[in-house]
Amino acid sequence: MINGILKKNFSIIVTIMLFLVLFIAGALTYKGFLNAQVFLNLFVDNAYLIIVAVGMTFVLISGGIDISVGSVVAFVCMFSADLLQKGWNPVVVMLLSLVIGTFGGYIMGYMIHYYGVQPFIATLAGQFLYRGICYVISTESISITDPTYSFIANYQIKLAPKMYVSISVIIALAMVLVTTIVLKYTKFGRNVYAIGGNEQSAGLMGLPVARIKIGVYALSGFCAALGGIVFSFYTLSGYGLQNIGLEMDAIASAVIGGTLLTGGVGTVIGSMFGVLIQGIIQTIIIFQGNLSSWWTKVAVAALLCLFVVLQRVIEARGQQVKQDKAVKAETVISK
Amino acid sequence: MTTKPLLTMRNICKGFPGVKALSDVDFTLRAGEIHSLLGENGAGKSTLIKVLTGVEKLDSGQIELNGQEIRTKSPKHSQELGISTVYQEVNLCANLSVAENIFIGREPKKNGMIDWKAINTRTKNLLKKLNINIDVTQTLGNYSVAIQQMVAIARALDVEAKVLILDEPTSSLDTAECEKLFGVMKQLRNEGMGIIFVTHFLDQVYAVSDRITILRNGELVGEFLAEKLPKIELIGKMIGKDYDTLSKTIKSSQNDKEAEKEIFLRADKASSIGNIKEFSLDIKKSEVLGLAGLLGSGRSETARVMFGADKVSSGEIVIKGEKVVLRNPLDAIKEGIAYCPEDRKTDAILGNLSIRENIIVALQAKYGLFKFIGRKEQEEIADRYIKLLDIKTPGREQLIKNLSGGNQQKVILARWLATNPDLLILDEPTRGIDIGTKAEIQKLVVKFADEGMAVVFISSEMDEMLRCCSRMAVFSEKEKLGELEGDEISEQEIMKMIAGGK
Amino acid sequence: MNKLVRSRLFWPLMALIMLLIFNALFTKNFFSIQIIEGHLYGNVIDILKNVAPLALLAMGMTLVIATGGIDISVGSVVAISGAIACSIIDGRIGNFNNSLIAALTLALISGLLCGVWNGLLVAKVKIQPVVATLILMTAGRGIAQLITKGKIVTINSAPKVNEYYFIGAGYLFGIPFAVFIVLIVLVFILFFVKKTAFGLFLESLGTNNRSSHLAGIRVDKLKLITYVISGFMAALAGILISSNIKGADCNNAGLFIELDAILAVAIGGNSLNGGRFSITSSVVGTLVIQCLTTTVYALGVPPQIISLVKAIVIIAICLFQSNQFREAVFGRLMVSKKSKDLSAKKGAQIS
Repeated sequence: MINGILKKNFSIIVTIMLFLVLFIAGALTYKGFLNAQVFLNLFVDNAYLIIVAVGMTFVLISGGIDISVGSVVAFVCMFSADLLQKGWNPVVVMLLSLVIGTFGGYIMGYMIHYYGVQPFIATLAGQFLYRGICYVISTESISITDPTYSFIANYQIKLAPKMYVSISVIIALAMVLVTTIVLKYTKFGRNVYAIGGNEQSAGLMGLPVARIKIGVYALSGFCAALGGIVFSFYTLSGYGLQNIGLEMDAIASAVIGGTLLTGGVGTVIGSMFGVLIQGIIQTIIIFQGNLSSWWTKVAVAALLCLFVVLQRVIEARGQQVKQDKAVKAETVISK
Repeated sequence: MTTKPLLTMRNICKGFPGVKALSDVDFTLRAGEIHSLLGENGAGKSTLIKVLTGVEKLDSGQIELNGQEIRTKSPKHSQELGISTVYQEVNLCANLSVAENIFIGREPKKNGMIDWKAINTRTKNLLKKLNINIDVTQTLGNYSVAIQQMVAIARALDVEAKVLILDEPTSSLDTAECEKLFGVMKQLRNEGMGIIFVTHFLDQVYAVSDRITILRNGELVGEFLAEKLPKIELIGKMIGKDYDTLSKTIKSSQNDKEAEKEIFLRADKASSIGNIKEFSLDIKKSEVLGLAGLLGSGRSETARVMFGADKVSSGEIVIKGEKVVLRNPLDAIKEGIAYCPEDRKTDAILGNLSIRENIIVALQAKYGLFKFIGRKEQEEIADRYIKLLDIKTPGREQLIKNLSGGNQQKVILARWLATNPDLLILDEPTRGIDIGTKAEIQKLVVKFADEGMAVVFISSEMDEMLRCCSRMAVFSEKEKLGELEGDEISEQEIMKMIAGGK
Repeated sequence: MNKLVRSRLFWPLMALIMLLIFNALFTKNFFSIQIIEGHLYGNVIDILKNVAPLALLAMGMTLVIATGGIDISVGSVVAISGAIACSIIDGRIGNFNNSLIAALTLALISGLLCGVWNGLLVAKVKIQPVVATLILMTAGRGIAQLITKGKIVTINSAPKVNEYYFIGAGYLFGIPFAVFIVLIVLVFILFFVKKTAFGLFLESLGTNNRSSHLAGIRVDKLKLITYVISGFMAALAGILISSNIKGADCNNAGLFIELDAILAVAIGGNSLNGGRFSITSSVVGTLVIQCLTTTVYALGVPPQIISLVKAIVIIAICLFQSNQFREAVFGRLMVSKKSKDLSAKKGAQIS
């Protein structure tokens, strides 16, 4: 029984172990690393990435890919900063951002499903489009001075003396919790897995493939927009060149967290740990002091490579095992 | 058996661009009967099923269920109406658990959440009825195709179906599993369900069917009571020719000199893990060797091993007396081996390329990257084979995907003949092609052998095998059981061998 | 005429001609070419000169896409190659005495190695191309930074700076030297594609991987070769770009250029799903992009907006390549004509 649980959650256990190993290594090597706030800052600094990675996880599980998310985040920051500067109500700005993000995702999903455009290409167009609109708004950086935004940005939720998290962290954790439940306990969630496993079969089993597939991209657009709002709390500004390559970080997080790029397998929790692993690598590099931040990129790429190759090896071995098992299973039947 | 019609389909027409798949077909299913739908490949069976289940839209015609006219819009819709289908390929999601595969799309809920406990227990009970005891929380992909097929059936059963369609469900099941399935089918029939059974195996038709409907070339041949239609007549009606003319042997005249034939390839205790258990086999020049067995028996895997498409894990392959290692198909081609794979669409044709390119590609591969066949020579080769094999096409630059199945197969044959092979392996070369081309290909096969080529022939159609092969190796469950030669070859012998093999 | 319209080259050429006509009408002095110090100057010459790196990348990308793959790491390879070349010329790494030959050779070898890496991941480990090249895309800029120790390398004071500058920005017979490089590479690749079986094999495996394998084509080897060529082209492009600015900027050199290369392949009418391809069309595609960029500059619109224009172009191309879209928009009209064509063909088959 325990064996079975271990087997089913193997990849996520590997991810959590890796996180712990990195954390312990950091704690043993650097003074001041073993500090609760250092740990909490992993969440504070990466809340937006966690939210974006959640949406990406859904898309990847469904067998697609969404490389527009980085631009969506930049767009939302830019768009909010611009409207807030013009005196719009902050709540309206936030809602509008979410609506635009979701609708953009819906359009891309529509193109992908109904017009057979490759996900990579359709979302590439989205990426260009959002970036382009950023520049139409302004080519300069715009800062956000709205009191509501400033309040949310600076508000610290004290967990203990000298230990706090930001509101963004609560939003991110809430997203993780809700989407985990959605994936496990709702029809939508299960259908996402089914489509990622075998889209044709899913259709023949009577599942609403079109709705799910488009819905996944809409959700990713929503998450990216929410990530954008959270990021604008974090930086309190909008700039067209922000978050170039964020989509790659999100994909890397999901993969490190055990999501299969071929679709059908993955968890939101895993992706969250994927983000945290990237965060801790960054933290270690900062504590090291004399290494530049681009080492993070190299390390993350190496991890990504390792996990992707590992996935392939496990997959290839799985096929072998299956064939051996097939014989055994037949004997089960005849009993 | 009652006579109340449960489902009637009248004047069903369905066309695809350039093809009339169904014209004016009628079909009636009564409650409490097992009704076999028969016909050769391309007769329109699967199209009829697809129209019924809403996968394809019908052009014209009427469908009535329980006296009410229906028009199925999608598989989901037909399911809701009470029409469930189990397809030939397992159409489930291998990444989900067994239980989930049965319940996805109609999960029981508790407080708005999916009730996993209920799903798992209900699945367990359902499978128990089919005498299957497995861990239902395991992912489906961990189980064999046979179990997956049973799960698919269990899924169909749980939908409270009035009409159950089984579209070639037995092709991957062994005899015992088939028996079990038949038991379930009969039980369901007695409970009043109408079952449409599509299969290739005629014995199975007689084992369970009450009624038989036969299609040919998209048209209805007729509806018959199973007990009143002798098998020989049934075959005649399916292929539309007098059985006698077809049963005439076209075997090579050199059959008698079996012993003198030179051995071209010898597999010596070869095996391939997961594909085929250890086997030894001699392939001789000037003969047609049949690899007999059901789908998944190891016959295609044996062919793939000899072509270098699957790795040899133990034993050796000897060609013309010399041990060879075939690392990939190219190595095999260089040794003079050619292979027409079973699945023409996914493994053989290059859909978007021209007939010319499709013909010369293997020869070019044999020559390598830099010994380029010039355009003019390419055209000559293509024209030569178009003429030789009588490929019906407006020209050599026509894309292969625009040809009919039979002509596509001829192009693939041309591809291999162009490499001038010593050994030609044909896996289901006549599947899904019209009867005329079928006979042509069979004649060609024998002709090649007469000209000195070694030919390995694989087919699901026993008659075809009996007609063409002078020797047969029989396979079952990924294992070679034995060989039959000359007068020993008969359907009974082969069946006996397969049945006794386990 | 019909054959002309159906040619893959037709639409990109038409787009290019339309752009040129637009410029002839609305942009002042667009076509004027001056001779200054024996060199040709003018917008048209600028386009030819600036398109060179992109044209090289697009050629490599076309081959990769023909196999059904994609290479999104080329931008990072551009950065790596530029970093290596400039660092050697400036004498920052190794002991090469600021040798130009060493700089070029090692830069190109780095591109080949990157290509081998991508190719192995795709062909041997069988990782999806987007992901396999994503790894190098992410790591590549970091590697480039490693080489330059995180600095922007300028080679203004290096001894061989003029020779190096000549490669990307010099003139031969009054024409930019980079144009010659592109032409030589183009001829070489065209020869490889048309006069060996390479083109046939690529189209075959892009059409159907499994069928090609079973027809004796060494699918893995060919895929590897296309990624190696793509890596080589990226390295060459990296040399041109760094030479043009006399320096290596690891953060910005070749940023987003992979997307332009893919766009050029798409504008060239090549299916992004693989199969049939035309190198020449892709090169024309790069001209369209470059011409578009120059036009936007000439019109005085903020240049950043070019990505908006590109997005619209991608969407338009994708939608027009999609059968479902054409059916949905042009409706029965086109479909019924198509099926008529088909039935006519069918008739021909039977007769």
